[in-house]
Amino acid sequence: MNLKLTFKRKLYIFLMKVAMIFSTVFTVALIAFLLFYVLAQGIRNINFELLTTKPSYLLGKIGILPDILNTIYIIIATLIIVLPLGVGAAIYLTEYAQNKKIVKTIEFASETLAGIPSIIYGLVGMLFFCQFLKLGTSIIAGALTLSIMNLPTIMRTTEESLKTVPQSFREGAFGLGAGKWRVIRTVVLPNCLDGVITGCILTVGRILGETAALLFTAGFAHALNGIITGLVSPGATLSVALYVYAKEQGEFEIAFAIAAILMILTLIINLVATLISKFFKLRSSI
Amino acid sequence: MKNKLFENIMQAIFLILGLIAVGFVLLISFYLIISGIPAILEIGVFKFLFSKSWAPTSPQENFGILPFILTSIYGTSGAVLIGLPIGFFSAVYLSKFAPKKIKLIAESAINLLAGIPSVVYGLVGMLVLVPLIKIIFSLPDGASLLAAILVLSLMILPSIIKVSINALEAVPKEYEYASLALGATETETVFKVSVKAAKSGIATAVVLGVCRVVGEAVAVIMVSGNVANMPSLFQSVRFLTSAVASEMAYSSGLHRNALFSIALVLFLFIMIINITLNFFIKRDRKG
Repeated sequence: MNLKLTFKRKLYIFLMKVAMIFSTVFTVALIAFLLFYVLAQGIRNINFELLTTKPSYLLGKIGILPDILNTIYIIIATLIIVLPLGVGAAIYLTEYAQNKKIVKTIEFASETLAGIPSIIYGLVGMLFFCQFLKLGTSIIAGALTLSIMNLPTIMRTTEESLKTVPQSFREGAFGLGAGKWRVIRTVVLPNCLDGVITGCILTVGRILGETAALLFTAGFAHALNGIITGLVSPGATLSVALYVYAKEQGEFEIAFAIAAILMILTLIINLVATLISKFFKLRSSI
Repeated sequence: MKNKLFENIMQAIFLILGLIAVGFVLLISFYLIISGIPAILEIGVFKFLFSKSWAPTSPQENFGILPFILTSIYGTSGAVLIGLPIGFFSAVYLSKFAPKKIKLIAESAINLLAGIPSVVYGLVGMLVLVPLIKIIFSLPDGASLLAAILVLSLMILPSIIKVSINALEAVPKEYEYASLALGATETETVFKVSVKAAKSGIATAVVLGVCRVVGEAVAVIMVSGNVANMPSLFQSVRFLTSAVASEMAYSSGLHRNALFSIALVLFLFIMIINITLNFFIKRDRKG
């Protein structure tokens, strides 16, 4: 470009470019710092003993095996509860719903749920699941709370992938004389698998990072339990344990070890999410 | 006939599943209202919202949540003030100028930022940012509103950047071609045409970010010092969220009910933000 620009325009262009490059470099550098700082502080504190024992006051040692197990229990329980609800709601919205008012109401409700802060979920979970339903402070109460929290995610991802199932698939199946439910079960559902899986991954990521909603519903015990007793007894997930160790007990080395584990898990989750969306894109393009 | 009945049953089941989200919203509103209203009525609406002192356990107990409300408002505005320009310029660069490779790396970095648990932000803030503020401003304690604002502005970045990129990329190419053909340079085109066209998308991005920041509890508890002062940049402060989270464990009676009232106030804040968001999205769709 050999345009003669006035000084004012040149200055404007220059300033905008500086601002853009500065902001991007700043953001990326900050993320890199955060990642490497947490990993560097954390990984040297991770050892086999930490991962495979429970905390013991007698020996003065801290182990995070109970917290790891609790995290796994709560993820499994939440997914089992939220998947049928979320997928069912998405199927209703895309396949059955004809009344626009109902659709709008459901969509508004789902957006509202997505915006409610986790501390409020924690409070209501405590009042409803722990006290009203008498579940007490337990993993299952935490899982139920997290299910409400993650319902909009599962609904949205499933709905999006249901919308990409071509209408001709359904028409073909109807044309062969299949009933509505049969069409959904055999044609529609298998084709929305990518959305369901994406939703699950997002949900797992959110559960891993959740603290505020679990403090009052699942509690912060570190007892080592099997899955059945684990579900009905209180227990801290990794994030809750990190919070308790850092804020209440000043055990920063343990906290950083847990932070590093969570960071690595977040990286893995992001990677898997990208790979899965690529895999399904590839498959649908064939 | 049997088939028809079966189909109707299935339809009813799915209708119920669809309405569950509505049920949950009603449940949450119901619980917040019945548990939040009594304390507000007992204390008095005006006194509760506008009294400056929060002293639930002292002999002259007082339940004024103005410090928390103002802290939440200042903290959120501060986070937007810092996060918006950085996020906005990064989003413009990444969507319009960045080479593909850089864009890919930056986008996965930002996805990571969005996925990092808030306790990790809190931990790093507590051990890096708070001591740093203490040294730089030579304060007795670095846990302050400033620390909370800095942590929150980092947390608001991913939603601002991601949603803004989407909005900027959705701008029709013709707009940009027209501007370029009229002699504007590429930078001028992007900032004066594309950004204007993506205005409401960017506004949506900001509101979404605000939503996350207003509701953030654990990260701000860890860095803000958690004392119920009126907000001031270098003082220890307490947010609406952290007030609920930090006192719930040991409160009882009116104190406990007052915490539910705080949650109700927070819920109303979020509802107002959501309605604003819907307004922007609707305006966007209309054109």
